Amino acid sequence: MKATGAYEPIFAGERRKRLDDVFTCYPTKRAALLPALWIVQQTHGWISDEAMTEVGQVLGVTAAYVKGVVTFYTMYHQHPVGRHFIQVCTTTPCNLCGAEGVVEAILEHTGCGDLGATSADGRFTVIEVECLGACGFPTAVMVDDDFIEGVTVDGVPELLGRYP
Amino acid sequence: MGYPHEPHPKETLILSKHFGDAGARSYDGWVKCGGYQALKRALAMDPADVIEIVKESGLRGRGGAGFPTGLKWSFMPKERRKPHYLCCNADESEPGTFKDREIMRWTPHALIEGCAIAQHAIQAEVCYIYIRGEFTEPIAIMQAALDEAYREGVLGGNAMGTNRRIDMYIHRGAGAYICGEETALMNSIEGRRGNPRIRPPFPAQQGVFGMPTTINNVETLVSVLPVLNEGAEWYKDLSLGNPKSTGTKLFSVCGHVRKPGNYEVTMGFPLGELVNDLCGGMRDGRTLKACIPGGSSVPILNREETEACLLDYEGCVEQGTMLGSGGVIVFDDSADMVYQIMRLARFYAHESCAQCTQCREGTAWTVRILERILRGEGEMKDLDLLLDLSEQMTGKTICVLSDSCAAPIVSGIKKFRDEFEAYITGAKQPVAALT
Ligand SMILES: Cc1cc2nc3c(=O)[nH]c(=O)nc-3n(C[C@H](O)[C@H](O)[C@H](O)COP(=O)(O)O)c2cc1C
Ligand code: FES
Repeated sequence: MKATGAYEPIFAGERRKRLDDVFTCYPTKRAALLPALWIVQQTHGWISDEAMTEVGQVLGVTAAYVKGVVTFYTMYHQHPVGRHFIQVCTTTPCNLCGAEGVVEAILEHTGCGDLGATSADGRFTVIEVECLGACGFPTAVMVDDDFIEGVTVDGVPELLGRYP
Repeated sequence: MGYPHEPHPKETLILSKHFGDAGARSYDGWVKCGGYQALKRALAMDPADVIEIVKESGLRGRGGAGFPTGLKWSFMPKERRKPHYLCCNADESEPGTFKDREIMRWTPHALIEGCAIAQHAIQAEVCYIYIRGEFTEPIAIMQAALDEAYREGVLGGNAMGTNRRIDMYIHRGAGAYICGEETALMNSIEGRRGNPRIRPPFPAQQGVFGMPTTINNVETLVSVLPVLNEGAEWYKDLSLGNPKSTGTKLFSVCGHVRKPGNYEVTMGFPLGELVNDLCGGMRDGRTLKACIPGGSSVPILNREETEACLLDYEGCVEQGTMLGSGGVIVFDDSADMVYQIMRLARFYAHESCAQCTQCREGTAWTVRILERILRGEGEMKDLDLLLDLSEQMTGKTICVLSDSCAAPIVSGIKKFRDEFEAYITGAKQPVAALT
């Protein structure tokens, strides 16, 4: 999204209504910031500077303030990512059970090459993340909003096949 | 979904009784299981009396610190001159811990009921349930249950027909371990960066939105149900004689055991029995090397200590560790302790909010030293440096994230020094991936 192009507001119509509902849950407008950023990311797949400016205007805080919050939380994307975003847990419990092998297999089968890079066909971006809170079922992986337990090296091709 | 194992005869199923029973997930199903009786009882009582029963039960916080729940509630102002808030901590991000997730997935109405009881006790009309952003499925299940609870009149302006208002909202996190720390959690709800706050003021005086607030863990709140249903004495008696650690607790067991998962046992249950018996022991003829009993933030136990450890607050302290969140991480003899401790240090370095110098610099420096050792470039004096650094990281910061990083380092070097030395002397090959 370029600053010069016509910026289409995110908080219009149904999405504006959703945000208005969010406002009723909190005594301050600022408290709607995390929910508002989720709406942005669900709509565009990431959070651009322009979107941060809009969120700031709607909530009555500066764009810089919004950016400060966006950069604190690792789940908000500040850049476009692949069509499917894969997060692989490699913290100690998953690591003990072979998580690094799963990462390698996923990097290989997606053709991403490096962590954080997007595959040439734009299909996948893969990152390593810290504990996903499912340590008894290693390796824990998230693909987009799907939470997948017990991923093994052998299971990787089938798993990826579910995300065209 | 889920991995509910067949209950082991040595488990005491109270909180986890309905895990695996999808029928208990709906409002009707929960009522059939005896749900919402505890809330009815509580609402018929004076808030002070509810607090008194919870105090008597000896229930202590299950989020990590083990603070007595009734006492925490009693810190809230007796009269409501301004709004009071309850925050339910469902951020569950401590490596090794995955119990709150299971509570929300299988018994969402139990959590709603527990929150509503706590809200009555502390006179809070509003509760925010702070769920970590990655828990997409528990969030969907909790939201569906909340919608039902509003429809059925459990929540809203005339909650349970009592003419009182009880509101509950989910606040979704966005990826930050530190937001499980209670003051960071409140900042995150307010739409701020998740930086912990300096105390005082304590949350009971000035919490979320500057108002009196209580923060409780998911498991703590659902543990209030049996206390109200069966009575404080009954709950206390579960723990077979230890008056300081009462009731049952969910232990999430992971790592090198045959049957990882959540196990509910009474306080004081032997850790060795949990690992070797309930979880089926080590895989493939391996032997137990080490165990972290309370989530990654507590000191590591060696094999002898693991086998001697009783799972209650006092039993863990006796072995030089802590009960913490009840996340049990098991290492067999194939585990590379130096590498795994480095992974833990990386976790803390990644999750430091970077407000305090000791934590921001200390966690990152710890990782660099450990990586150097694993690359075969370490020196013996690096071990002393790590211990010195850990000391500088303990007790000096706004929250205990920095202390948590130091705990596995100090105990790891003390108990598995030979493994560190093997990398330093070259007796062990460097880790290729790091070179
Ligand atoms: C760095 C850090 C992370 C924490 N993460 C969690 C968490 O994920 N869940 C939780 O319930 N408590 C967590 N806690 C503990 C909370 O600060 C707080 O003590 C707890 O939620 C209180 O609830 P309880 O009294 O019911 O245990 C964390 C503490 C620290 C210092
Ligand atoms: S370590 Fe992977 S989910 Fe906890």
